[in-house]
Amino acid sequence: MIQDPRKTADSTAAAPNLVEVRQVHFSLGKRVIYKAIDLDIARGRITAIMGPSGTGKTTLLRLISGQWRPASGTVHFDGQHVAKLGQGELFEQRKRMGMLFQSGALLTDLSVFDNVAFPLREHTRLPERLIRDIVLMKLEAVGLRGARALYPAQLSGGMARRVALARAIALDPEMIMYDEPFAGQDPISMGVLLRLIRRLNDVLGLTAIVVSHDVKETLGIADYVYVISDGEVIDHGTPDDIRNSSSKWVQQFIHAEADGPVPFHYSGRPYAEDLLEEGRS
Amino acid sequence: MNAAQRVFVNSTNWIVELGRSFIFFLRILKCLPGLALKPRLVVEQIYSVGVLSLVIVVVAGLFVGMVLALSGYRLLVGFGAEEALGTSVALVVVRELGPVVTGLLFAGRAGSALAAEIGLMKATDQLSGMEMMAVDPVKRIVAPRFLAGVIALPLLTSIFCVMAIGAGGGYFVGVDMLGVDAGSYWSGIQANVDFGQDIINIFLKSGVFGAIITWVAVYQGYHAPPTSEGVSRATTNTVVIASLAILGANLMLTAVLFSGG
Repeated sequence: MIQDPRKTADSTAAAPNLVEVRQVHFSLGKRVIYKAIDLDIARGRITAIMGPSGTGKTTLLRLISGQWRPASGTVHFDGQHVAKLGQGELFEQRKRMGMLFQSGALLTDLSVFDNVAFPLREHTRLPERLIRDIVLMKLEAVGLRGARALYPAQLSGGMARRVALARAIALDPEMIMYDEPFAGQDPISMGVLLRLIRRLNDVLGLTAIVVSHDVKETLGIADYVYVISDGEVIDHGTPDDIRNSSSKWVQQFIHAEADGPVPFHYSGRPYAEDLLEEGRS
Repeated sequence: MNAAQRVFVNSTNWIVELGRSFIFFLRILKCLPGLALKPRLVVEQIYSVGVLSLVIVVVAGLFVGMVLALSGYRLLVGFGAEEALGTSVALVVVRELGPVVTGLLFAGRAGSALAAEIGLMKATDQLSGMEMMAVDPVKRIVAPRFLAGVIALPLLTSIFCVMAIGAGGGYFVGVDMLGVDAGSYWSGIQANVDFGQDIINIFLKSGVFGAIITWVAVYQGYHAPPTSEGVSRATTNTVVIASLAILGANLMLTAVLFSGG
């Protein structure tokens, strides 16, 4: 059952919202991604967006950052209507955001060091000596200070994502959007990343949006969780609310069960019918 | 959809695409003044599209010059006019073959590389990543490449012409191999190649060709679907469209630039 996403489930919902998404409808071609979705991102909290692959979690980040515009509805960042901002205003707003892409999105012709230094060199007039210190601090935080001379092609997927995280926090943004930060990480790196995301939030008071389908890890660090599927918010609340959700859909998702309201197979003709058809031809 | 409808839809799509590419061109032009503050970006790209294209341009220039001298000599010697070999090689190379052949080589070597590079940057979210860092990819990636193309192609064309006419190309075949008098070869060129009419026009033509090729390449790469097939198609489209555009533009420019003479 779809609940009112603006319900005040706990104290975090009472905090002022940095991002407000209202009645957003969005389609990619003929495929409807969102049908009038509502959600709030509380300032200074870690909000997780969860759901199966292909439900538009990354799309939501692109709508919040203004890379895409909704067909209808509004997205407000710190009170500003994102879709109505001009390029200059949008870029000013993005300096206050960091985004960790699923692919890392590192610039392949630059070294690890230069990738992390890139936003500093583009947006500040800091002396090179200071930029060097900042970059080394950010790389130290993700455990890759020693890899600063390497190029993206020499990094594993997990390492590339950690470099991308160092780059995302280079300008000390107010909000960071993490797109699948845990995918491809070994247990040690995963633990470091989890602690880093939590620490950035606790120490610096950053607002974080974590898009993920890694249930255990995400519920472990999030303050508030939205579960979305089929273009709608299925449930939302604190991690405990989600764990104890009465929704069969949510229970199937968080316990990774094969049977339930969410079909594993993409809809199509019956299996036997398909095989027999193949045999005849 | 019948044939007439298909023609209508394709024509409409083509006009829309042309309009989009023109708007993209204006966006690039708007970013050019900002490059004065970051000349290093342009210099790096001049190396990438210009210096790395040198080998193919030099080799092609030598062969084109040799072939022109060889076939020109056979034609001229029939009229006892082999002394005009230098003039004929130089005028053909400077006025037509130099800019056009260098442009075609540039489209194949540098244009395709630009389209593939930008297309892959898009496919791997590098352009989106820049946008998220509040850096305009058109300003940071596209505009330096465009300007580098406009600067590099006239220089490459000049080198092509020197190679085709000079000691390794037409001169080598005409004078060293076929026995045309060296003084006649050079004095013919000196007397008939006009600095204002021919040399300046080389730079005008090849500058326009450089703009056309890099415009097509960066547009195709920037708007390529983010898939391997999309990048592949952007690369092919760049070479085909840029090559045809150069040939078309050459006809128009020749008609305008040499109409007086």
